Amino acid sequence: MYRYDEFDHDLVRERVAEFTDQVARRLSGELTEDQFKPLRLMNGVYLQLHAYMLRIAIPYGTLSSRQMRRLAHLARTYDRDYGHFTTRQNLQFHWTKLAEVPKMLAELAEVEMHCIQTSGNCIRNVTADHFAGASADEIADPRPYAEILRQWSSLHPEFSLLPRKFKLAVIGAPKDRAAIQVHDIGLEVKRNEAGELGFAVWVGGGQGRTPMIAKKVRDFLPEADLIAYMEAILRIYNQQGRRDNKFKARIKILVHEMGEEEIKSAIEREFAAIDKSNLQLPRDAVERIERYFAPPAFDTRFNGAPAFERARETDKEFASFVARNVHPHKMPGYAIVTVSLKPIGGTPGDMTSAQMDAVADITEQYSFDEVRVSHEQNLVLPHVKLEDLPAVYARLHAADLATANYGLVTDIICCPGLDYCSLANARSIPIAQRLSERFADPVRQSDIGDLKIKISGCINACGHHHVGHIGILGVDRKGEEFYQITLGGSGDETCSIGEIVGKGFSSEGVIDAVETIVDTYLKLRESPREDFLTAYRRVGEAPFQEALYAHAA
Amino acid sequence: MRVPGMSAKSKNSDLTLVATANDLRTGAVVYRARDGAWQRDISRAEIAEDKDAAADLQQRAETDLALRVADLALIPIIRDGAFVRPAALREIIRATGPTIELPSPPPRL
Amino acid sequence: MPIFKGHSFIDNEWTLVGDDAPMPPGNAVVSKARFTAERNALAARNAPLGLILRSGETLDGLEDDLKRFSLIVLDIPKYTDGRAYSTARLLRERYEYLGELRASGDVLRDQIMFLHRVGFNSFDVTHEGTIAALRDGKIRLVRKHYQPAAREDEESAPEPRPWLRVSPRGVPGDALDMGIDGGGI
Repeated sequence: MYRYDEFDHDLVRERVAEFTDQVARRLSGELTEDQFKPLRLMNGVYLQLHAYMLRIAIPYGTLSSRQMRRLAHLARTYDRDYGHFTTRQNLQFHWTKLAEVPKMLAELAEVEMHCIQTSGNCIRNVTADHFAGASADEIADPRPYAEILRQWSSLHPEFSLLPRKFKLAVIGAPKDRAAIQVHDIGLEVKRNEAGELGFAVWVGGGQGRTPMIAKKVRDFLPEADLIAYMEAILRIYNQQGRRDNKFKARIKILVHEMGEEEIKSAIEREFAAIDKSNLQLPRDAVERIERYFAPPAFDTRFNGAPAFERARETDKEFASFVARNVHPHKMPGYAIVTVSLKPIGGTPGDMTSAQMDAVADITEQYSFDEVRVSHEQNLVLPHVKLEDLPAVYARLHAADLATANYGLVTDIICCPGLDYCSLANARSIPIAQRLSERFADPVRQSDIGDLKIKISGCINACGHHHVGHIGILGVDRKGEEFYQITLGGSGDETCSIGEIVGKGFSSEGVIDAVETIVDTYLKLRESPREDFLTAYRRVGEAPFQEALYAHAA
Repeated sequence: MRVPGMSAKSKNSDLTLVATANDLRTGAVVYRARDGAWQRDISRAEIAEDKDAAADLQQRAETDLALRVADLALIPIIRDGAFVRPAALREIIRATGPTIELPSPPPRL
Repeated sequence: MPIFKGHSFIDNEWTLVGDDAPMPPGNAVVSKARFTAERNALAARNAPLGLILRSGETLDGLEDDLKRFSLIVLDIPKYTDGRAYSTARLLRERYEYLGELRASGDVLRDQIMFLHRVGFNSFDVTHEGTIAALRDGKIRLVRKHYQPAAREDEESAPEPRPWLRVSPRGVPGDALDMGIDGGGI
């Protein structure tokens, strides 16, 4: 993974000093809240219901054990001993004190972390495939480009006061595990016929009040042109994105209003006019970054994994874990492991400091000191030897981190909601917990198969409900929490926005409604191998609407 | 300045208001007491019973935006016998904390 | 209203002229609408001419006339409106505008470095704290950058990544008198 050099350290330290000064000027009254707010947002400091919230950037979701231990330390020292992983691969602390933020930032800087641009109308964390550098289906590792984009977009003088937030995601495999088509810019690393590296570029995706799927504006952008092309897009957005209405200010609205052809030609025109001499990415510069992401020193002598096979045969729980949470690695003898942060009845994405420390130890010992955060609020150990899996499983189990539910109905994605968030209209976490408990039976879960439930407590869609197979949106109906259900959304390469199934439900009713939906699926699927999304796309919403509403008087 | 919370369910709710905000330094939820102190107990909050009292309370509370609190709002409360509670769910949650169990027990204060 | 230019406040030598007001002798700043309507007459004037663009106004239609202006003012009504930053950068990089480029309006000390990097070289400031900070050279500037902007003439490009830049000491408001080097490593 990327390691700071002196320049990076200096920049982050300068930035910490700058924000420390800004906090002091706020606390002394020299800055009003109105003047201070965009400044604190640029450093990831929100004011939420109960306290300030600090959002820490985890670039493309990658952490070392040292960084994970520092997060545990911050949780213990400055917060309430836990943190929350988000759908943008970041970490949030929910009980932050503004007066302590400068200290927290200084301690983060020591381990090459920061909170820069995790909020505000600027370019946010560049997210990437959480299986990057490990997955068997990978064409090219997206993370070097994510790192280059991270640097380029940090404290960019021209693009720090955008109409609204701006989110980028990068993948390097045909399978989209980063939901690039619902990002402002999505990039897919690919090779052209000559074998040269470049990108397919999508623009104008997003969720929130008006969910939209991005338009592909370029089938192949040569690697060297990446930064210049990004600047062309950002400049058009900065100049023409709407600033009169917060709900129409994302680039997706501009793309929608201009139309696909016009936005494409506008980008190409601006790109052509840009003097690229100082914005080109030379191959050797990219290579230098790529070296940080070189494969670790894998043990290449794979002669089978007897301990792994034995455990799989004798330990039923271990076998279930392997069946669900272990994924193919490009290196024989290795595997990718999902660490579920969705225990039955728990808060999706939350982790105690003790658990963070446990994962840090496992990461260091068994995964070449690298762990990732996925946008579905789980952790990923990217490089685990099969032979070590029984030991890893035992350690995870001891830390309550071995729930074998990756991608199953209880692997729920959920925003903090009205329990924490000042933007929320309804609580989301209790809904996730009740659903998790309702479907707790592992046999039933296994029978249901792949099913992504995503829950948001308001229209801002931080729970990504628009791309849930089952999406749940909490709304305020005359002072009461009420829940709308959408069906058939997907964030992968077959991206689709979920369709509202009908009238909403009370907090009690929505649990039963989801169960009705699941039971309906089980009845109409062609076979157990036809998963929920496939079945829904085959039959449409009618059977589900009938099951939900037909008996209503 | 927030618009007073989610729609409340009391007849007199629009007029029975208290001032709430977050402590500037710590972010803690606080309510303005009659003596001007911002403190955590809603039962000690100054209650404005009518429009004029509300306007007056707001004016006094706003002077604390420079140095003491952030995100000020006047919110409806409901009198429940001797007790006072916010009318809106969001404010109930602000007063009492998340409705879910936190992953770790709270620190000893 | 004094203008911050270089390292000090100077008198504003320019008069902002309303669209219907008679042109004064001497330095005068006009709107895009007025310039477009009276292009030839204004070009024939024997005094320095300035242009003011309000937020949302573009350089469209002015590309060939930019050399006429000794001063271009970009108005920033609310500091969160970042459009002027693109306009400024285009003026410097694409149109090679060499005259004075002034940021006017809701300008705060926290944007000074960004404004400088996209090409502004004078500031019409009203915020008290910002005036004081500029006057006293007390702005804590972040001088290391992760991307080129419009200051290629003065910023150095340290190895090994070609996109890195470092500002020299002495950009507007730089804390020149700080005892311990305030991060300007």
